[in-house]
Amino acid sequence: MHIIETRNLTKRFNSLTAVDNLSLQIEEGEIFGLLGPNGAGKTTTLMMLTTLIPPTSGTAIINGFDIVKAPDQVRKSIGIVFQDPSSDETLTGYENLKLHGLLYDMDNELREQRIQEVLTLVELTERQHDAVKKYSGGMRRRLELARGLMHHPKILFLDEPTLGLDPQTRGHIWVYVRKLAVEEHITIIITTHYMDEADRLCDRLAIVDQGKIVALGPPEKLKKDLGGDIIRLRGKNGQFEELRGLDFVKAVRSREGDVYITVKDASIHLQEVLNRVGKVDSVEVRPLTLEDVFLHYTGRAIRDGSPEGGWAEKAMHAGRR
Amino acid sequence: MGRKSDARGEEVTVSDLKGIYALWYREVKVFQRERSRVVSSIINPLLWLLIIGGGLGSVLSFGGVNYQSFIYPGVLVQAALFSAVFFGVYIVWDKKIDFLKEVLVSPMSRTSIFIGKILGGSTDTLLQSFILLIVGYLFEATGILTGITFSLLSVALSIVFLVMTTIGLVSIGLIIGSQMESPEGFQLVVSFLIFPMFFLSGALFPIENLPGWLSPFVMFNPATYSVDGLRGTLVGLNRFSLGLDFLVITAFSVVMILIGTYAFRKMRL
Ligand SMILES: Nc1ncnc2c1ncn2[C@@H]1O[C@H](COP(=O)(O)OP(=O)(O)O)[C@@H](O)[C@H]1O
Ligand SMILES: [Mg+2]
Repeated sequence: MHIIETRNLTKRFNSLTAVDNLSLQIEEGEIFGLLGPNGAGKTTTLMMLTTLIPPTSGTAIINGFDIVKAPDQVRKSIGIVFQDPSSDETLTGYENLKLHGLLYDMDNELREQRIQEVLTLVELTERQHDAVKKYSGGMRRRLELARGLMHHPKILFLDEPTLGLDPQTRGHIWVYVRKLAVEEHITIIITTHYMDEADRLCDRLAIVDQGKIVALGPPEKLKKDLGGDIIRLRGKNGQFEELRGLDFVKAVRSREGDVYITVKDASIHLQEVLNRVGKVDSVEVRPLTLEDVFLHYTGRAIRDGSPEGGWAEKAMHAGRR
Repeated sequence: MGRKSDARGEEVTVSDLKGIYALWYREVKVFQRERSRVVSSIINPLLWLLIIGGGLGSVLSFGGVNYQSFIYPGVLVQAALFSAVFFGVYIVWDKKIDFLKEVLVSPMSRTSIFIGKILGGSTDTLLQSFILLIVGYLFEATGILTGITFSLLSVALSIVFLVMTTIGLVSIGLIIGSQMESPEGFQLVVSFLIFPMFFLSGALFPIENLPGWLSPFVMFNPATYSVDGLRGTLVGLNRFSLGLDFLVITAFSVVMILIGTYAFRKMRL
């Protein structure tokens, strides 16, 4: 049995189809990612899975319970960290957690013990008696993360857990999430529009665009399926039909005086490519990223939604790894 | 739980009791920390009592009691009316900061959430009412107000009237809040509701003095019965019997709770 199974899950807002016949299965214990640009329908999907909004059609089974027929049972099985802040600023971190424990009818002793446990996990023990309005964005995020898992949910949903945080804090949150998956043995569903986050954190990914899954699998496999590296040749033009015929060449695209050649492994094939195309001004090689995967399946870059834009930015990203 | 299909928050179960306490706990904590809210909720009614009451008191008296004492019960109802109904705005804020989602995604039923909210809002309002009762007692003891009976019985009866009134009024605020998207919208709707309720309740003058065409509004106004009940209890001036006042207010609160439970069940984010 899958811990989550969605069956043609659909949500329409008037004429807009935010989630379009989504069918997928998630295994117990995995970190599963929904990767897609803003407006792809990630949050809407989570809102339906957590019973906060009803689907227009279709349904999902979570921990054996139907989100439409048994929302109460579903809510007992899950925890969620929302995209936007959802803690009470006037209350302290501790009070927010206590409130949560009460809402979930936790045993008093267990609740107090658990509060301290999760505070330790996210390193907020020292600041637990400060009002949340005095917390930084990252601290608040960590508090809500602690809260989401305080009641031992079987499944934890994280909606853009590092949205708007600085790189260092994002790194910390990734560490916490990994730690959680190992220490608490829970299934984690994460939504994000950050490539690096999806790549680093998720065992398996669904790339979503306009409410539909366009690709599904482990990040490594998604990249491998398309090839291994991208070779960019400057100062060359043309179609290079002879390259397309080669078995290690996955794709060839020409754009603005440059040629992008996707190959299985540049360290082996670079020389042969250069031999065939002749003299070039310069060569750039980088590993394929999820961004390329997204571009491949949707014809658009994830970041700006414009077609094939943002190479410089992507190159920078690739260079950083 | 979940026996009926689409059983979304139908019933209150034992496992919800802590959650109901949680919602109450939160309101009390927030209320404690926002002292300005308490102070301003006391100052306003006192200004009415001292300035309007004092100013008009020199030329007005109804039913043989001085005007300040006449409007004292009205001011109690006014204070409860404004603070209880405006409590509903916090649910609109909770929608904005997403705190509401945290509550709605918990296993608590919607009915229990509504009950927790009523308790929280009523505590705020009743605390304010108690302070006003104490202030009234001190004014009476020092001779600023005259003709008000502060006995064990009258205070107990007043509290009963205030509790029943407050529960109904908090429910109205929560019902409106559950349907509104913006605090401004809430403010607007509520203003159109509570000012007429206040002016047509007999809080400031005997309802007999109003033009006849307004009398249906007066009679359908639950605040009328609260004012009448409190005035009967504290000043000895009442138009209806205290039993009728109590029945009408209780019926009003019960109906509001039922509508509120329904509104919360249907509430969409
Ligand atoms: N309550 C709503 N009413 C109307 N449209 C909505 C509502 N919620 C989301 N949408 C629309 O549905 C689409 C998907 O939104 P969302 O699920 O928030 O995307 P994501 O989380 O992937 O950025 C967007 O086009 C958004 O504008
Ligand atoms: Mg989103």
